[in-house]
Formats: sequence, structure tokens, C-alpha cells
Amino acid sequence: MTQQSRIPLAARGPGRRSVVGGLFGAGAAALAAPLLTACGGGAAADPKTVTFGSNGADATPKSAYAAVTKSFTQDSGLKVKTNTVDHDTFQKSITSYLQGTPDDVFTWFAGYRMQYFAKKGLCAPVDDVWDTIGAGFGEATKQLSRGEDGTYYFVPLYNYPWAVFHRKSLFQERGYQVPKTWDEFTALAKRMKKDGLSPIASGYGGGDSWSVLGTFDYLDLRANGYDFHMQLMRGEVSWTDRRTARVLDLWREVTPYQQSGAGGRSWQDAAQSLVDKKSGMAVIGLFLGQQITDEKIRADIDFFPFPEIDPAHGQDAVEAPTDGFMLSREPRNEDGARKFLEFLGGARAEELYMGVDPSNLAVNARAATGSYNALQKKSAELIGSARHISQFADRDSDPGFISTVVLPGLTQWLGHPDDGAAALKRIESQRARFFSA
Amino acid sequence: MSSEPSAPPAPAASPAPSALSAPSAPYRPGRLSTGDRVFLSAFIGLPLLALLVFVWLPAFTSIALSFTTWDGIDLGDIHWTGLGNYTEIFTNYPPFWPAVRNNLIWLLFTALLPTPFGILLAYQLDKKIRFTKIYQTAIFLPMVLSLAVVGFIWEIIYNPDTGLLDSALRAAGSAHHIDWLGDPDLNLWAVLIASGWRHTGYIMILYLAGLKGFDPALKEAAALDGANGRQTFLRVTFPALKPVNIIILVVTVMESLRAFDIVYVLGGGVGSKPGMELLSLLITDNIIGESSHIGYGSALAVVLLLVSLAAIGTFLVQTFRKEDR
Repeated sequence: MTQQSRIPLAARGPGRRSVVGGLFGAGAAALAAPLLTACGGGAAADPKTVTFGSNGADATPKSAYAAVTKSFTQDSGLKVKTNTVDHDTFQKSITSYLQGTPDDVFTWFAGYRMQYFAKKGLCAPVDDVWDTIGAGFGEATKQLSRGEDGTYYFVPLYNYPWAVFHRKSLFQERGYQVPKTWDEFTALAKRMKKDGLSPIASGYGGGDSWSVLGTFDYLDLRANGYDFHMQLMRGEVSWTDRRTARVLDLWREVTPYQQSGAGGRSWQDAAQSLVDKKSGMAVIGLFLGQQITDEKIRADIDFFPFPEIDPAHGQDAVEAPTDGFMLSREPRNEDGARKFLEFLGGARAEELYMGVDPSNLAVNARAATGSYNALQKKSAELIGSARHISQFADRDSDPGFISTVVLPGLTQWLGHPDDGAAALKRIESQRARFFSA
Repeated sequence: MSSEPSAPPAPAASPAPSALSAPSAPYRPGRLSTGDRVFLSAFIGLPLLALLVFVWLPAFTSIALSFTTWDGIDLGDIHWTGLGNYTEIFTNYPPFWPAVRNNLIWLLFTALLPTPFGILLAYQLDKKIRFTKIYQTAIFLPMVLSLAVVGFIWEIIYNPDTGLLDSALRAAGSAHHIDWLGDPDLNLWAVLIASGWRHTGYIMILYLAGLKGFDPALKEAAALDGANGRQTFLRVTFPALKPVNIIILVVTVMESLRAFDIVYVLGGGVGSKPGMELLSLLITDNIIGESSHIGYGSALAVVLLLVSLAAIGTFLVQTFRKEDR
């Protein structure tokens, strides 16, 4: 190519340089865009709109929240702009979400998990909201909604119990009795195995390793009591304590009766094996109901509280995770957001929500329970009779500690259930890193 | 920026020898107009800025943060700990050494099985066999799929209740249930097979491209000298394709060290699982999530950076030193 042939080429049409230059301009604009929006984001407050960050991305909770917000709009004339994010993604990005420009009101969980963000100043107190809604809630719920400083940060919506689920018809056919004590429970599991069933449905594969925590929590609550369990969860006692070791000893008694191949199975598949009567029992939450589409089978599902281990503690604790709402630290429409929270904490909102999603229970004592199905009624009784209500290991403790230390430790141990000393030592070695501050 | 009309000519920028440039030509190489200068400074300045802001700044910040503890929320909470994170990682972090071991296994496995197999396939497919295009497409297909999709495919194959493998075992009369992804002694190998399945196609297409550019005369000469197929490949083709070999080795090493996505997907997207720990997963374990340990995760990232630099650096320096001679 010669010099001469180049010039006319470059002069024709949109030149090479102008094209590249244009691309660069676009690139520079793209680089600058986040800076610009970051500056302008705070100004867009609309006094007629409340923004609501929701983790209820599945079909049922999504339409349940839609029913609640619609009713609020009719009541107050305030529009609710719902921003729905996938449940797991919401949890993973919560820290950066709360530090950016979060929605005014967002869904979250009671317990340590709420208190952590309250302590970090990433959410606002809601004491005045509780002045309005407080009468509808019992002392246990009030405790769950307060931060470590005694101020309210949380407005509860619903909870659901964990228990041992089974099919009534299977128990009738085979003449099984509901076990009250640990010995009866292991004897029943042994009998089921002889009958060719997988006694305890189990699936903690993939992302479902959290499902083993239900068994761990209940074993600890029954054998060592609520107070020890909470100390353990808050990193105040050693994981190599002999009481913790006892939990694994007890667990080892039933590992031969757990469904085999559990480390590669999803909890949904495990629940399905219970529904199909291939498994006899399952330690799981009421959300099991979301797996069931056939109403006849739903009516055949029943549960019993996790059996007693130490008579001193009996069956006095129930694991009942509570979901609800929090207020972000600088809500754009503060008055509207507080009004919205007052509505969410009221009986109406709970009735509306539970009307669409029957696998949960209203926390507000004033909410009508007439439309509850049998399982919901029994669950409400179970929670109502409890002396202690625990949340769930990943809500009562540092979620990072549970997911990156305790869960790998427990699932590895479940693969080869020995005396557990090595597994507990591994967990203990990381405790100081999470609970020193 | 002030423009100097008498800027010294830049010979490197001149596309043609200066003797050829006729004085009558309106474009004079070596002289830059004001517009050119502005254009060039924008051209170089903006990418440089982007590079600094998006690559070097985060990299150095990570290195600095690796000597601190920080929960990622309040800048005032950053506390200097010196080498504390590193000593913790090396002496008191149970998943660390398994992760290093697994990364090494990953590297050795990928280098010893899927990579040579990909080369073998490329060599066979380069011969004028029938349906070669169909074979090429089929073997390359896993590379076209996103790794998340590859993960889902293998998840279905390894499922203990309904999966292909365990169903086949049951049909063959085995009562034993193999927990491919759940057994900590087995799951790494299960994932390696999935990753190797994909890697083979990648290597095959790279090597095939090299073989297409290979001078057939060399092969003919070897055949005339009486070399058999194996000798021709090992003594003639393989050494002659050195540039492709280097690319393949670098790709293999890099893919092994940065292995993340398929393990993440097959592990359920919740971080490292027993038996499947990798350095990359430990980093995200500590940084992403509700209670993050930014300093600790950064220290792990620095360790991975050093390992990667050492592996790739040694290799490249050695290769190019030989070439310079």
C-alpha cells in the first residue's frame, strides 16, 4: 500500500479515525455513567412512592407480597415500587445492597442476622412503628425484633416451625407410633429400615447443605438446652466442648438410617421421597408444603415435635424462623416507609399474605386464623406452646461462620460419621476469626 | 498540552521509509498535527486511565487490604494486622492445604489427560476421514455451551436418584448407590471429568487450527525418509507446531489455576464444599456473603496471584529465553 492510496481512503465516508474516536467517546461515556448516576441517585425521592426490596422471587411469595402492597396502596394512597431479587442472590449481596442506595423497606430475617446489620448501622430503628403495632405481638417475638441495644429494628410478618414430618397413612398402614423420646425415635427408624424404607429422608447436596442444620439444632436444643445452644451459636462456648461432642454422638446413632446418597440430593428430592412413601420421616420446615401440589396428599402430611433427649429440657424449644422487614438507614421516603411498616406489622397484611401462601403462619396474634389448614393450626399450637423459640443456625449465628465453616465441617463428617473430634476441632479453629469483634 | 510544531520525527510511527515520502504528499509522516496529538492522547490516555482504575488500583488495593482485617462496611474499621492473615491461612485454616492440593490435582489431571487427548483427536480429525466436520462440531460443542449449562448437564448425569450414571448402574444390577457429587473422596474427580469433557474440545480446536497451517511437505519428506505415523507426529509435526504447543500449555495452566465456575455450579453455588475446595472458591467464601472478611479473602487472592505468576512466569521466561538464543 502506498501513501497516495491511503489518503482518499481515509477521506471517504466516516473515516477510520472518526469511527474509532466515536467508539472511544462511547467508551468514555460508559466509564463516566456510574459516577454520574451515583451523584444523582439521592435526589429522586417521590413523596407518593415507597420502594420495597423483596427476596420473595418464587411465584407464591411474589403474588402474596403483591396482594399486600396493593391493599396498602388502596389504604394510604402511597404507591409501592417493589424490587424483587432472587432469594439467594439477595442474601449474598445484602451488604453491598445496604451500603448503596437500598430500597426504603426490605425483607430480612430475625435474630443475629438482623442484629448484625443493626450493630453496623446499616438499618434504621423502628421504635415508633412498634408503638402502633406492638400490642399484637408476644414477648418472644418482641425480643426477636430488637437489636442488641434494645431498640426495635425489625417488623415480623410470618414464621414456620421445623419438626419431624411424615405421612399419616404410612404410619397407619405399618402401625408406627409417633415417638416421644429419642429411644423410641431410633427404634422406629430401625423398624422402618427393616420394612425396606429409608427411615429419615435426607438431601443436602449442592446448595442445600443448610438442611442438615435443622437436625443439628434440634439435637443440641434437646440434649443441651436452649441457653447452651444460643451460646454455641453466638460463639461464646467452644465447639470442642463435650456437650457439642455429645450432639454428634447422638447424631451418629441415626446416620445409618438416613437416606443414602444424601450428599448429592436436593432437599426437594428428599421431600419427594417422603411424599412418595419411600422415606418414613423427614426433619424439615413447614415449607415442605410448597413441594406438594396434590391437596389429598397435603391432608395426609403430619408432623410431630423432635423427640425428647434430656428430660430436663423436654420438648420446650421450637425452631421457628421468622421473616419480616427492616427499614434502610436513609430511606428516601421516610414517612411513607414507616407507614408501610405499620401496615406490614398489622393483622390485615398478615391475613392477606397467609391467604396466598399457606405454608407460613402469621406472627401477629390479632391476625385471623380461621382460614388455616390443619397443618398450619397444628404448627401455630406447636409454636404457641414453646418456651423457647430459636431461629435457625444460620440466623442465630454469624451466617458466614455457619456457611463457610460449620456446614463444610458437618457435611464432611456426615460422609464418614466417626467420633467427630476432628470435625469439631476444624470448626473450633475458625471460631475466633468470626466472633472476636 | 502545548503543541510543538518542531517535534522530533518519530521513526517508529512512520509506516514507510522516509526516503519514499514525496515532498508533494499532503501527509507527512513524523509530523503530528494538534488534532493528532489530542486524538493520540485521548487514545492512549483513556485506556491507560481505564487500566489504572479497573486493573491496577483494585490489584494494589487488594494487596494492601491483605495485611488488614475489614468487614467491608465502614472504612474506619480497617485494622492493620501485618502478616497476621497469612500466618492464619498457612497454619490455621483447614481448607487451605486441601485447596492447594486440589488445584495441583486439577493442573496435573488437565495436563495429563484431556490435553493430550484433545491433541490426539485433532491429529486424527486432520486426516481426511469421513464426517470430520461432524466430529469436530460434536467435540467442540461443550466449549460453545456456557459453563453454567455444562454444570447443569452434569448435575443431571450425577443425580443419585434419577441420574444417568446411577440409573445405568442400577440397571446393571448394582444395588450400590454412588454419591458422585456428595462423597468428598469422589466429587473432585466427578467435577474433573466434567471439566475435562469441555477442555478436550477446546484443545482439539486450537491444535486443529495449528495443524491446518502445517506445511504438508514436511510430512511428505518424513514419509519419504521412512518414518511411520507415530514418528512423523512425534519427531516432525509436534516440534514444528511449537507456537501452538506453548499456547496450549499456557491455556491449560491458566484454566487449571482459575478453575472456579464449574465447581461453583456443581457445588450448588454456595462456595467451597468438602472435597472440592479450590483457592478461587476460598476467596469468594471469605469475600462474598453477609459477614465478609475482606482482608482474609484478599490474602488468599494474593497467594493465588503469586502461584499463578510463578507458574506462568517461569514457563514463559524459559520458553522465550530459548527462542532468543
